[in-house]
Amino acid sequence: MTQTAQPMVQYSKVSKSYGDLKVLKQIDFEIGKGEKVVLIGPSGSGKTTLARLLMTLERPDSGTITVDGTPLWHEMVKGKLVKAGEKHLRKMRGNIGMVFQHFNLFPNMTVLKNVMEAPVSVLKTSKDEAREKAEAMLDRIGLLDKANSYPAKLSGGQKQRVAIARALVMNPRIMIFDEPTSALDPELVGEVLDVIKSIADNEEMTMLLITHEMDFALDIADRVAFFDGGTIVEQGPPQKIFYEPESPRLKAFLRRFSRSGLRSGGE
Amino acid sequence: MLWDWQFAFSILPQILAALKITISATFAGFLLALILGMLFMFLSRSRVQPVSVVVKWLVQFIRNTPLLVQLYFVFYVFPELGVSLSPFTAGVIGLGIHYSTYLSEVFRSGIDAVPKGQWEACRALNFTRSQTWWKIIIPQGIPPVIPVIGNYLISMFKDTPLLSAITLVEILQTAKIIGSGTFRYLESFTIVGVLFFLLSYPASKLVKYMENRWNPRY
Repeated sequence: MTQTAQPMVQYSKVSKSYGDLKVLKQIDFEIGKGEKVVLIGPSGSGKTTLARLLMTLERPDSGTITVDGTPLWHEMVKGKLVKAGEKHLRKMRGNIGMVFQHFNLFPNMTVLKNVMEAPVSVLKTSKDEAREKAEAMLDRIGLLDKANSYPAKLSGGQKQRVAIARALVMNPRIMIFDEPTSALDPELVGEVLDVIKSIADNEEMTMLLITHEMDFALDIADRVAFFDGGTIVEQGPPQKIFYEPESPRLKAFLRRFSRSGLRSGGE
Repeated sequence: MLWDWQFAFSILPQILAALKITISATFAGFLLALILGMLFMFLSRSRVQPVSVVVKWLVQFIRNTPLLVQLYFVFYVFPELGVSLSPFTAGVIGLGIHYSTYLSEVFRSGIDAVPKGQWEACRALNFTRSQTWWKIIIPQGIPPVIPVIGNYLISMFKDTPLLSAITLVEILQTAKIIGSGTFRYLESFTIVGVLFFLLSYPASKLVKYMENRWNPRY
């Protein structure tokens, strides 16, 4: 939860459009080392795009993103800042992990292989070591008994927990969660949030979480940023954002989640 | 004209010997079609604009011209450009290129059916493009289209008689030779037809079986 001088992630005048639609407009945004930031806002507001740009799934149209001081989408070639090549992107990507709304597990591999595959192929870990780490990770999230099952046999909550394990086992310094529970049946949401909470308990992990689970955001967030129409309308500590909203747009957005209807974490 | 069993059995060995040519032309042609089909599929997805445009146009052109015309081209026109090929080689090349265009479309549809999220998960985990293709995308995209590919194999098998037009002595040509030598056409052509049926029908049943077993896969 500490915020040091140099931010872990810095967006500087970042813009992104899809055709005529301006999804991000000159965004300036920072995430400190070990900070847990939650993004909220209506769909199409740009919060998912912000996360995807960090994960290098999309390229910003303009502006820069730096990760721990190093530019993400640009690199220094002969003293000049140019568009980053694949080699640089791969180097930077190693610091960042992402969990998707629709899990995206590999259906042609068992749960264990899903978790092992990236360490073996990308980090060149030996199969034995990768298996050990994968089994430990699955044990930690309570799914060791499903190691040899295929994803099709798992519930949504189990799939998402495997997806989290798969991302974590790569030792990222930044974890992005893009609406991790939005595709789950309500009774499965809690088990996934518990896993995310245990990750948040690690002070060193920088987290960017997009969610509609307001109670959960209150619980783990250091800062909440409200996006609307491609800009950050308001940001601050969760207590302030949820209980003392200032801007009319944020107030309107929160009205959809009445005080008593704020979804609890599960049980 | 009555069926002469004795005559039929007497010409059977000659026709069966030619069947080997038919079958090897089919497999060689299909192997070429698979390789070129994959290549065209990759090239049509190239981010280098000129490459993908040229390949797409080439595929459409070849798909929309008759195989027979292409075979004549390879066998009769290429020598004028300095490339002289045997009937077997020309036939295999003609079949291979023609069917590769169908197969490239089939491969493409299989790959396109793999959800976009799979590509994104691979990128998030930092797989290389090659790892993404061979470990994740192709194992998901290709098995569902194998029955379609099997049907094209059977189609190609039934197209091999076209190679008689470029003087390859496969089973149809053999039947014609026997016929013109003995003036008995009934037995020879019937045997050719039956042989095709005996091989194609079980093959199409096998393809149906594969389709039921593999779809849906996940």
